[in-house]
Amino acid sequence: MTEDIKPLGMPKWGLAMTEGKVTGWLVAEGDAITAGQEILEIETSKIANVWESPHTGLLRRIVTAEGETVPVGALLGVVADAAVPDADLDAFVAAYRETQAAAVEAPPPEPRMIEVGGRPLRYLLAGEGTATPVLLIHGFGGDLTNWQLNQPALAEGRAVYAVDLPGHGGSAKDVAAPDVAGLAATLRGMLDALEIPRVHLAGHSLGGAIALQMALDQPARVASVSLVCSAGLGPEINMAYIEGFIAADKRKDMKTAVETLFADPSLVSRDMIDDLLKYKRLDGVLPALRAIAGAAFAGGQQSSVLAGRIGALPMPVQAIWGAADRIIPATHAAALPEEGRHVIASAGHMVHIENPAEVNRLIGTLLAAE
Amino acid sequence: MSKKSFRQAINEALAQEMRRDPRVVIMGEDNAGGIESQGEDDAWGGPLGVTKGLMPEFGRGRVLDTPITESAFIGAAATGLRPVAELMFVDFLGVCFDQIFNQAAKFRYMFGGNAVTPVVIRTMYGAGFRAASQHSQCLYPIFTHIPGLKVAIPSSAYEAKGLLTQAIRDDDPVIFLEHKMMYDDQEEVPDEPYTIPFGEAHLTREGGDVTIVAFGRMVQFANKVADELKREKIACTVIDPRTTSPLDTDSILESVEATGRLVVVDEASPRCNMATDVSAFIAQHAFRSLKAPIQMVCPPHTPVPFSPTLEDAYIPGPERIAAAVRAVMA
Repeated sequence: MTEDIKPLGMPKWGLAMTEGKVTGWLVAEGDAITAGQEILEIETSKIANVWESPHTGLLRRIVTAEGETVPVGALLGVVADAAVPDADLDAFVAAYRETQAAAVEAPPPEPRMIEVGGRPLRYLLAGEGTATPVLLIHGFGGDLTNWQLNQPALAEGRAVYAVDLPGHGGSAKDVAAPDVAGLAATLRGMLDALEIPRVHLAGHSLGGAIALQMALDQPARVASVSLVCSAGLGPEINMAYIEGFIAADKRKDMKTAVETLFADPSLVSRDMIDDLLKYKRLDGVLPALRAIAGAAFAGGQQSSVLAGRIGALPMPVQAIWGAADRIIPATHAAALPEEGRHVIASAGHMVHIENPAEVNRLIGTLLAAE
Repeated sequence: MSKKSFRQAINEALAQEMRRDPRVVIMGEDNAGGIESQGEDDAWGGPLGVTKGLMPEFGRGRVLDTPITESAFIGAAATGLRPVAELMFVDFLGVCFDQIFNQAAKFRYMFGGNAVTPVVIRTMYGAGFRAASQHSQCLYPIFTHIPGLKVAIPSSAYEAKGLLTQAIRDDDPVIFLEHKMMYDDQEEVPDEPYTIPFGEAHLTREGGDVTIVAFGRMVQFANKVADELKREKIACTVIDPRTTSPLDTDSILESVEATGRLVVVDEASPRCNMATDVSAFIAQHAFRSLKAPIQMVCPPHTPVPFSPTLEDAYIPGPERIAAAVRAVMA
């Protein structure tokens, strides 16, 4: 009987998420819903986002009402066919609650450290399996948590690594080689140290240019490249943002800078700003950011434009862009052939946070094609 | 990044700055402890164990135990080193105040900027420890009154490490106040060194109805009240100024102009304390923004009582803060 009843559990978006608040149901009890349909708005201390139903059927019960905050995994609602009697639903909800209460939450994966060229790099590993692993590379000023809405989804049956670039997150703040080629060499060293022979790459912004460089350096090692609002495809870069981010040492200035990353500035949470300010206060971060910006964006332009060399790459390459990107123009996607261009409406530079489902689907297509 | 207590955060800031700069030395009563006594060195690490472990790493040459002569060791701090002196309880400032307010605070000004006094004075303050009138006061308004001194009052473990690192690297004399009820409070604190700039308030909560300005331990109470009142649909901004000198009046002004209501929470005695200072500033600069009289939540104007019942009643607690917020909302 229970296989006809499907639970909707509070999703876990990223490392730090332990609970989420239901800020709005987009469907009502009794509605027919389909897998992939946006049904729920959820807010965590880090981010607010829309959640898509994993199941198709009738939404028979709403268990967690709007405004309620519940732990990850807690029952939000129940999907079942009309034929399932109410008594069965009640029994299911009661049983689910019991197992939830008894379940000891598995400790979330902890980031690990690995030394490359004498300097520690921090990375987070999610998933396992025999399929070719994925390496996720964040952009300038970001860190591995930028992929918190993507990494778990991509980690079905394969290992997905998210790394902190040198000078970022928990990695060493003294950057040996701050240009795109140097950062690519460091990540190559990381793959060597982790004994990863072949890898799918997904890079955001500056991380995209690094992914492209890695693919050019070792084409046989790279199974596919997904470039998300990527650098490396044209000369333009919003230098006011880069400089504003480096200069911002107050909440207000940081908020102004970070809001340009999103099509919907309301996604910029207090915690996001706090975390960025905390990162920027660490010893060595400012010199690292200045060194990387100086090498990668010298004179207010991208130093490393690799667009002309993409045609020679043997592996599939795609560009995914937020149409409202105010950091790197979405027109740079034109560096790819038409079938490899995906411009997503109503999303900005952080398209992988603003529309994770679509970005995950697109990256997933290249992972599946291997 | 890992969870650390207020005590560990302070200890880590001291250790990291001592590793980074050989001129950083610490001195105080029982900082190392156990000298001339039987057993292992480092028996105490200060009265509440804050400096434990530093003496074995850096040796007695950089972790100096001093006699009970605050006037001497505070005075000795202006000699080219970057000393972190511990005044065990802020209540003892009377025996070394000349060196602080008339010497250290004046050197930069009187020598035309040619002299600096990079000394940090760490000191414990605050009531709740059953330590009676002479070991429980909040004397930071006195330091705040003296031009030339900087005054930092951390409200959490993260704040403590960043503000103390900034204090040690600062070329001016800094009074660093540690509430003795906070040493076991824990939160995530980065392992790496970092600094929090002085004179920049932290908005620990943001809401549009009421501005609560609180200092040191009172920030925790204010946060608690803000979280509780949120359920009653009263949205509070909580401002932790972090330093009372320099004081981030811009952030306070901006917030009160938006909310029109101000509650100031200060554990110091109510005459000439930070609450009166902030209230006067807002009355002068944002009077027309105010929708209700300013509320000050402070202890009564008495010594801190030794009776536990009276001491508990003396401390401005969450209930009184919540009542003040409701009063400005009424």
